[in-house]
Amino acid sequence: MVLVGTTKGAFVFTSDASRKKWRMDGPHFPGESVYSVAYDNRGGRTRILMGTQSSHFGGTIRMTDDFGKNWVGPERQAVRFPEGSGLSLAGVWQIMPGRAEEPDTLWCGVEPACLFESRDGGESWEPVKGLLEHEHRPRWQPGGGGLCLHTIVVDPRDRKKMGIAISTAGFYRTDDGGTSWRPRNDGVRAVFLPNKYPEFGQCVHKVAHHPAKPERLFLQNHWGLYRSDDWGDSWTDIANGVPSDFGFAMVTNPNDADTVYIIPLQSDQFRIVPEAKLRVYRTRDAGASWEPLANGLPQENAFECVLRDGMAADALDPAGIYFGTRGGKLYGSATEGESWTEMADALPPICCVKAAVV
Amino acid sequence: MAVSVVVPRALTPYTRGVGTLVVEEPCATVGDALAAIAARLPALTDRVLTEQGEIRRHVNVFVGDESVRFLDGLATRVEAGTIITIVPAVSGG
Repeated sequence: MVLVGTTKGAFVFTSDASRKKWRMDGPHFPGESVYSVAYDNRGGRTRILMGTQSSHFGGTIRMTDDFGKNWVGPERQAVRFPEGSGLSLAGVWQIMPGRAEEPDTLWCGVEPACLFESRDGGESWEPVKGLLEHEHRPRWQPGGGGLCLHTIVVDPRDRKKMGIAISTAGFYRTDDGGTSWRPRNDGVRAVFLPNKYPEFGQCVHKVAHHPAKPERLFLQNHWGLYRSDDWGDSWTDIANGVPSDFGFAMVTNPNDADTVYIIPLQSDQFRIVPEAKLRVYRTRDAGASWEPLANGLPQENAFECVLRDGMAADALDPAGIYFGTRGGKLYGSATEGESWTEMADALPPICCVKAAVV
Repeated sequence: MAVSVVVPRALTPYTRGVGTLVVEEPCATVGDALAAIAARLPALTDRVLTEQGEIRRHVNVFVGDESVRFLDGLATRVEAGTIITIVPAVSGG
């Protein structure tokens, strides 16, 4: 199953294990933007969650336990900033199921930047005070997409440790279950600031890791491609052989902790794939080298852009890799990127893609 | 005589299908009227007001023919017979 959120609703694609023919269902929530989708199969559930946003009437998280036949969810806006905070929800950027041992725990990242926790499977949400009241908050600045908490990295082995990324604040980590959060951006460049290596303020676009090796993080920055081997304490540049180290999307291969996929973009001023050739880049040695994957992708006049949550992987063997473009094209590979097929060619602009085996 | 609140069609799923709500409770301002509605239809007012109690950016609230943005906002006075109209802004795409 591939879940696709767009600026005009969401689509659900399903196939058998061969992943050759896909059936499309949707749009769900036509007219609303869907910047976050998730599938949660813990605790015997088959639950899809989507962060939906009406440009007029605000946003909420909606859920279905029957793959979209019936959507449920609180009529009230379940993700709410507390009275007196001065903050109002502008959108849900990420929904992340928690650890397997805590099947009722989910996390969501929102704009304005904050982390919320649900302990009842997504019915109700509470802000994480350690971030809501963080001393750096007054100095966080919105990026082009707003001041959003867009990435959540959970340590499957240690319930007290997790990381988040905010544009534009950088990467923060907690070691005490969310009570305190410290910036972990040592070595990550901020090209747009006079001080290129500040403690925080970086525009981190995406962080990915493999659950079997949670301490090793990969980071796609607003200019810069990095790896950390110590849960973000330090970062080293791994832009070895990519046409550009600017980009958004980044995903690990569930079958191999050394394999990561990215889609470089020309520059911050021209957020289009380099040379108008749509290419996914893959490393199979944790960033020591990168190779282009273009078989089946358009190699001329492809003025495409893939956003930070626009790429996903499934856990079959070989893994399926999927991505959607702002031009509304959805591509999939059932061969870990060796070849690609077009799954849809005229969706609304694609905001997010997630994949799951059901 | 009560205050009436006209609801756009897009929000009638949150009013049990009713297009015009009647507020019988005493209210002096638009905010009072919306608070009275929030007590019985909170899902409706969630879509008109943010969690900080402000009118959403792309929702307009009129008293008679005038947007409350050009009056006194939620403090705009109402009286018996006033018609409050909630309208989604023309923004969008």
